[in-house]
Amino acid sequence: MNSSISFQGYGRQDGRKGIRNLVVVAYLVECAHHVTRKIVTLCDHMDVHLIGFPGCYPNQYAYDMLRAISTHPNVGGALLVSLGCESMNRDKLLKDIRDSGRPAELLVIQEAGGTKATIAAGVAAVIRIQAEADKTVRVPMALNELIVGTICGGSDGTSGITANPAVGRCFDALVAADAACIFEETGELIGCETIMADRAVTPELGAKIEACVEKAERYYRIMGYGSFAPGNADGGLTTLEEKSMGAYSKSGSSPISGLLKPGDIPPTGGLYLLDVVPDGEPRFGFPNISDNAEIIELIACGSHVILFTTGRGSVVGSAISPVIKVCANPETYRRLREDMDVNAGRILEGKATLDEVGEEILQNIIDVASGKRSVSEELGHQEFILTYKSFEPIGPGCLPIRQIA
Amino acid sequence: MTSTEKVAQIILLHPDDNILVCISHIHAGDLIDIDGQRLFMAKDIDIGHKLARRALNIGDKVYRYGAPIGSMTQAVACGEHVHMHNLRSDYIPSHTRTREPKDRSES
Repeated sequence: MNSSISFQGYGRQDGRKGIRNLVVVAYLVECAHHVTRKIVTLCDHMDVHLIGFPGCYPNQYAYDMLRAISTHPNVGGALLVSLGCESMNRDKLLKDIRDSGRPAELLVIQEAGGTKATIAAGVAAVIRIQAEADKTVRVPMALNELIVGTICGGSDGTSGITANPAVGRCFDALVAADAACIFEETGELIGCETIMADRAVTPELGAKIEACVEKAERYYRIMGYGSFAPGNADGGLTTLEEKSMGAYSKSGSSPISGLLKPGDIPPTGGLYLLDVVPDGEPRFGFPNISDNAEIIELIACGSHVILFTTGRGSVVGSAISPVIKVCANPETYRRLREDMDVNAGRILEGKATLDEVGEEILQNIIDVASGKRSVSEELGHQEFILTYKSFEPIGPGCLPIRQIA
Repeated sequence: MTSTEKVAQIILLHPDDNILVCISHIHAGDLIDIDGQRLFMAKDIDIGHKLARRALNIGDKVYRYGAPIGSMTQAVACGEHVHMHNLRSDYIPSHTRTREPKDRSES
């Protein structure tokens, strides 16, 4: 099924394939943010994206994320912008990106002559990098080479009835076609840990999944708040576990093949859970301060496309990978239709079935992978957030399929 | 019953559930049907919100999708709105713009 579907991707040196050919312009500390933003604004190109990390203190997670994102298959080249005194290892990052076969340049504001000179040099550099990236070879890409991530944001009482289970149907079809699908936010799966563990391909992986939800619950308890926003309550959700059960239905019904952490790439097709809650004692605050922090972690795991379900109505997109918005609530859809790709609220009005909306989502993925801009992409949404975190590497038993293979 | 009577739309998501979910806005005075029992709604209920499928007591677990989603903090009659004022999490308390999570445990 679906094995004949293919589209033109961008071939990368590591064998992965992208559905976009972007240039990322990255600030390596907040002090370089304005200059970097100016460069991106002056380039005024839909495929030149602003990313970055605001912190001056070193953080391995932030480095790993910037490397994973700058060498994501949707990225064709990178410009790094440093102030000059921050901790981020800019030379190693530059080398890592160049070693991946991508054109990359570095500007250090303190050496380049300040704001105006760096902006001018940056715009010229992006033009050079883009010209180089444009030479990337186009290759046929099949559905089983796609990685699709999913997130819900602004959930309400309709999310778990329409958009989330419709994404679940789409995920089931993608997994059947041997694509990799990633769902996430273990803090929003509190209450689902035992039923989720039963779906793991090995008992050992099931135990890892239960442990990672326990970790999330402990972390959020210490933070003093669950992953539950006031808007969730306005929309009829009352408790964290109620929100969790609705969010969980995005995963569909396939067996769970593995547990990832940000930056881990799924080794095969199948369904994967992404653990987004830091390891160790809570140190840097909330695990993910808003939806885009999770989206970028899904992208760091190689997601080419993000399925974003919303009940209350979120308008965000993302840098790097197109976001497809699936609206759960028919009343929200009527208010915010210009921000939505799919109206799953039709299910509540008896105008479509879950299977039909699931198929519509799949068709949207194929169209976007084939080059069509998603709604948020067309509107210019390129949100990006990267904050301090710390993770231990995934342990044995988290990717049983890789061990077998 | 005449064909002009409006029966508001509420759905049962799982046979084990003791709540129903409202799938279009219910207005005060609308007639609803809960397992054959016909009731007039006392107040407006928004889409996505929950109604008790039967009378519930303090401490009763509430089931949605066939799974527990919290415990009742107040008794309700069949057809009443089930939300923040009478249902709490068995995990981490919920917060709103005006209510800190710690207040939940006091209520």
